[in-house]
Amino acid sequence: METGEILWNGLAVFLTLCIFSILYKDNPFYKLAEHLVVGVSAGYFAIILYYNSFIPKVWVPIVQQHQWYYIVPTVLGILMWTRFSRKRSWISRYPISAYMGIGMGVAIPVAMQALILVPLSATMQPMGFTSLALFNNLLVAAGVLCALVYFFFSKEHVGTFGALAKIGIWTLMVGFGAGFGLTVMGRVSLLIERFIFMKDYFTNILGL
Amino acid sequence: MAFYDKLMNLDRRYVYVAMALAVAVPLFIPFQVPIYTTPEVKSVYDFVENLKEGDRFLLAIDYDPNAMAELHPMALTITRQCFAKGVKLFFVTLSQNAPGLAEQLVSRMSKEFNKKNGVDYVYLGYKPYPALVILSMGQNFRISFPMDYYGTPVDSMPIMQGVRNYDDMKGIIAFEAGWVADSWIQNANGRYRAEVALGVTGVMAADYYPYIQSKQIFGLMGGLKGAAEYETLASAKERIASRGMKVQTITHIVVILFIIIGNIGFFMSKRKQI
Repeated sequence: METGEILWNGLAVFLTLCIFSILYKDNPFYKLAEHLVVGVSAGYFAIILYYNSFIPKVWVPIVQQHQWYYIVPTVLGILMWTRFSRKRSWISRYPISAYMGIGMGVAIPVAMQALILVPLSATMQPMGFTSLALFNNLLVAAGVLCALVYFFFSKEHVGTFGALAKIGIWTLMVGFGAGFGLTVMGRVSLLIERFIFMKDYFTNILGL
Repeated sequence: MAFYDKLMNLDRRYVYVAMALAVAVPLFIPFQVPIYTTPEVKSVYDFVENLKEGDRFLLAIDYDPNAMAELHPMALTITRQCFAKGVKLFFVTLSQNAPGLAEQLVSRMSKEFNKKNGVDYVYLGYKPYPALVILSMGQNFRISFPMDYYGTPVDSMPIMQGVRNYDDMKGIIAFEAGWVADSWIQNANGRYRAEVALGVTGVMAADYYPYIQSKQIFGLMGGLKGAAEYETLASAKERIASRGMKVQTITHIVVILFIIIGNIGFFMSKRKQI
């Protein structure tokens, strides 16, 4: 390992241990690491935004290419900053309204199609008991119906309706269980990577 | 205090120590665990394996350093596989903390395979507002990316000749740690019918399986396990994710044991109350 690598990786190991120290109790080392990550992220993002967004999408089109229509969204973006002024914050409602209107116009049709209509059509598949694929489709359709029955609160969950709602709860619980298991795996993966990083660092330092 | 009451009131720091030991100790014990591949990861591998030299493929590196552990191994393996096959890669990033990370991956892989920027690959860089960028790329990449990450006009690059939008890409693999995955599905696949696959963190994986059923994505790699499966399929030379799977197995056993102990304590104390 080169000297620079030893120092930078050593700093990474130190900050990792500072973050882990919160597991015992709050302390200045944890606060140092936490403030560092917030500050570095904010500074990094500001510079990235300047070189990747402001320069190619505002400075170059307006100043160099004289595409004057870019002034309109630029002014709207600047007016958003009036949000921080008590007297002038009402001005920011205009760019926010424009932003919300455009966002909703773009998002609602595609969300309706991609999140509701297409997954809904995926439940309308051939079903049966003669093969695993057909039985799987039956389970999916039954699970979706029962889960939807559970969320229908305009009727009391008794009798047959209640039984279907119960199956819906169990279906949801199976889903949540799978989600929980994957979440555990995800969080543990991050811990494993940190431990592997620290192990490799000390192994290289000690020449093992 | 009864034994099960002690179980219910166990100081959480003992659990932390147990987890730390469960992670640290297996790292020093040489053993392997079998890695079984799942159909959703195999479909991604088969898609990439069927690409031919000169085909164009888009990789979206949309994860921050905090998701690097799970997503970087799969991004590395897929980039290696594509470069080895002579596929022309288009890199983009829609996460604000990812540009440097993506640039590291691109430079490292391009040096390894002796690939030339602008000819064999292009790194378009980062732009904010992922949904709008994904939508604009469906019309023309140049709307959001008139220049690449390094400030070179994209029209001056040989790789961008004849490339307009998703229709000119064989497919897209997006490595996601957040809600941008929904944007790729809704906008790139929903609106422009692009072939999209996702590499997501373990936390998110359960939410995206329905999209395989509905064929809105052609494959899904979930978390470290998905990355390890892909490394196994691709016979990757660098098995970063696979190294972690034996540790995953041990820690999962420890978590299961704690859940069983906790439930025993709960039911015993409930019985005592009755």
